Amino acid sequence: MNLTHLTALELGRAITQGDVTIPQATQAALEEIAQRDKSLNSCITVLAEQAMERAETLQKGLKPGLSPLYGVPLLLKDNLCTQGVPTTCGSRLLEGYVPPYDATVVEKVKTAGGVCLGKGNLDEFAMGSTTETSNFGPTRNPWDESRVPGGSSGGCAAAVAAGFAWYALGSDTGGSIRQPAGYCGLTGLKPTYGSVSRYGLVAYASSMDQVGPLCRDAADCAAVLDMIQGKDPRDSTTVDGNYGGLLSSLASDIRGLRVGLPMECFGEGLRPQVAQRVQEVARVLESRGGTVTQVSIPELKLVIPAYYVLASAEASSNLARYDGVKYGFRAKEYGNLTQMYENTRSQGFGKEAKLRILLGTFVLSAGYYEAYYKKALAVQGQVKQGLERAFAICDVLLTPVTPNTAPKLGESLRDPMGMYLSDLYTVPANLAGLPALSMPCGVDGDGLSVGAQLVGPRFGEQVLLNTAHAYQQETDYHRQVPKGGGMG
Amino acid sequence: MNWEIVMGLETHVELSTESKIFCSCSTAFGGAPNSQCCPVCMGLPGALPVLNQKVVEYGVKVGLALGCSITPVSRFDRKNYFYPDLPKGYQISQLYAPLCRNGRVEVAGTTIGIHEIHMEEDAGKLYHDPATGETLCDFNRCGVPLLEIVTEPDFRTSEQVVAYLKKLRDSLQYLGVSDGKMEEGSLRCDVNLSVRPVGSDTLGTRTEMKNLGSFQAIARAIQFESQRQISLLERGERVVQETRRFDEEKGETFSMRSKEEARDYRYFPEPDLPPVVLSREYVEGIRENLPELGEAKRRRYAQQYQLPEYDCQMVTSHPALARFFEELLALGTPPKQGTNWIMGEVLGALSERSLSPGQMPMTPKTLARLIALVGEGKLNRNTAVKVFEAVFDTDGDVDEYVAAHGLEQVQDVELVERIVVQVLEENPQSVADYRGGKEKAFGFLVGQTMRKLQGKADPQTVRRLLLERLGQE
Repeated sequence: MNLTHLTALELGRAITQGDVTIPQATQAALEEIAQRDKSLNSCITVLAEQAMERAETLQKGLKPGLSPLYGVPLLLKDNLCTQGVPTTCGSRLLEGYVPPYDATVVEKVKTAGGVCLGKGNLDEFAMGSTTETSNFGPTRNPWDESRVPGGSSGGCAAAVAAGFAWYALGSDTGGSIRQPAGYCGLTGLKPTYGSVSRYGLVAYASSMDQVGPLCRDAADCAAVLDMIQGKDPRDSTTVDGNYGGLLSSLASDIRGLRVGLPMECFGEGLRPQVAQRVQEVARVLESRGGTVTQVSIPELKLVIPAYYVLASAEASSNLARYDGVKYGFRAKEYGNLTQMYENTRSQGFGKEAKLRILLGTFVLSAGYYEAYYKKALAVQGQVKQGLERAFAICDVLLTPVTPNTAPKLGESLRDPMGMYLSDLYTVPANLAGLPALSMPCGVDGDGLSVGAQLVGPRFGEQVLLNTAHAYQQETDYHRQVPKGGGMG
Repeated sequence: MNWEIVMGLETHVELSTESKIFCSCSTAFGGAPNSQCCPVCMGLPGALPVLNQKVVEYGVKVGLALGCSITPVSRFDRKNYFYPDLPKGYQISQLYAPLCRNGRVEVAGTTIGIHEIHMEEDAGKLYHDPATGETLCDFNRCGVPLLEIVTEPDFRTSEQVVAYLKKLRDSLQYLGVSDGKMEEGSLRCDVNLSVRPVGSDTLGTRTEMKNLGSFQAIARAIQFESQRQISLLERGERVVQETRRFDEEKGETFSMRSKEEARDYRYFPEPDLPPVVLSREYVEGIRENLPELGEAKRRRYAQQYQLPEYDCQMVTSHPALARFFEELLALGTPPKQGTNWIMGEVLGALSERSLSPGQMPMTPKTLARLIALVGEGKLNRNTAVKVFEAVFDTDGDVDEYVAAHGLEQVQDVELVERIVVQVLEENPQSVADYRGGKEKAFGFLVGQTMRKLQGKADPQTVRRLLLERLGQE
């Protein structure tokens, strides 16, 4: 049995049945990381000893009736706070910072018997689409190491694709789970805003940030969501809901499912090979009893500027606390308080973070607030309405995840505008707070994974998972592993 | 030219909730530095605020007491600026939809409009260590709940300003939402001031004065700043819009920062907190349960108990005193007796011990019993004062104390009469002096009689019996 190619649920079953021990699984993952992460650079911190100790303890506690993911090792994106373990956000500014508390989702994973292997690399403060803006160097795509894994949860995506962990928790503000899942051949899900606690997730854009799973298939995503969703008294933006039961209700019967293809997501800028793969998904869903219709949501043309105005505005405020006063990096030389702030932040933040802080500061400034911030809020309202209209006649929307497959390292940084524009398909779900899933649907001519996105109405996680599950019953793209990952 | 002063106030009130506005840390004063903080109030990465509902309740109480309308859906906003005492780099406050709006307060014969009341969090404190030149941060105050009360520019004199602040303090104390102590910083006031020729209806350029630590400082700062502005204008110069700091020692205001240096706070809606939605029932429920405030009590005491204005003022000067007074009445103490004891012995005893009325060791029940014993003629007033002193600190049992020390007034008139006869016999010279017109001799005879009775007789009875005897012979 090739352990590291199992899905998380398969490993969980093997552990329960006694076919594999938790220390064996943990050891296997740690060995993969030790051997192959030097070139991939997917992990910022590896907790080898802690993970083995924890695996031994969990193995002793094995008994019937535990979580289906009991004992399954995972990776956490390094913007999730972990008590006693450095949390860097990929930034020099958090150099040496060790949180005194666990994020709510980390607590939940621990309670369910997760084994945390380490912390995944990311774009600095989750700002980027390539995992190249990290202070810890870029992560490479295990499918083609000359290419990026996507971002900002690129470390987590690369690690799960490479067989370093069975699943990972990432965060998604504008596509940061779905886009790297798409580039790395994984199934990733951004949950409904307010269904997963953000307590302990280091904020980028608070009104859109959401923690979610990066997995090998839809069933694993369902199991992870069951574990992490729920109202949290420590996060006032979480809401009551009918949580749990996504896995037990997972079904592959999608007869009568109304699938909408937004015209605006299949137009200019989309690479034909990607379009073909996604159209093929529609045909598979039809073959299983779904009906496919074209819909038009003209508001989607406005999403990119609105998203970057709102996200940058919130980021400029959220990142203000990294000032060198209390923790993390402080510039060595300064003459007075203002210089201390200026030098610390000039030296501590990378280029992309600075760009967004400047943009956000600008759009909130006196005289520009109405022209930019307020206008972006109005656009956000329109996008919500446009999507609501679509969900009156559809159950899910099907789109590409990105216009193209994974770019080469360095390509995107030379063309930031092109990078922002490639978020076109993923940001609407963040602006509207809707759940959205990304799944592999084949490869392009270079053998690079193509991702398809399913967007659902608020709390529509079950329909997204069922749709993806049905698709994955019919196809095996999700079971393909990168060549370098030939292990066992 | 005659000038008119125009002022508006921005007052920060520290609320007396037990925990902070966005976390469960204690708001207690005087803890060791950084002993009352957590990831939330220290703004650690990933921490999120959760609104303390008590703060909303207190805010609504103050709003209703100041005649405001309560905003059904109010929101929090972020006020962004860098300072080491502000760990998140922004203060959570309310700009676009504050909790209360459009109130009015009657003060010293004029109406002061309340522009708005909003909720916000306090910042930490910085300590500059002169020995090392270092600055240290204490985040214990971070997240202590504040209300900011902003008035319209309706003040014309410093008397009105002080009267308003006294009334505000009084209301805060009666509502039980703040101790309202200016000296300790739980009531902090900034004064916006401009001047204009009498009769003009346009506003002049204003300055904002900070660091006003007492009513006296406020009056002095207004006096100085209005004169400064008038002098400038009379010399043909201009007033610069700026923030000025009042220097208590010099009695002058100094420029802190000009309008050009004013910060752009880049307010925007706080995404971490949902709107505060208040139902009509919630607001009306609070309105119905608002306590009677000081001013209403003063009016009622004067009418209902026919008490002098001074007495009413004194017993309502602190809610704890008013409560004490009302409990005395409930125990049957005559109102005037009650105010006499409170204004005399009670306030005296408190001040000797440097206690606030809220720290009163004696219960109303004890004082009521003491007053009753005097009323029943069982103790005379002087003895009662001694008993009061003896039982005040421990709230001791009055009857037990009187019995144990044999202080009960002599009720036996025949005994008093015998002693009177004895005293007259023993002091023929004084008797002669009295009869010869020396009134003072009578006092001596009273004193002698009381002494033989160990002070336990009713002085009225002694006087009456002495007069009877002296008149007979």
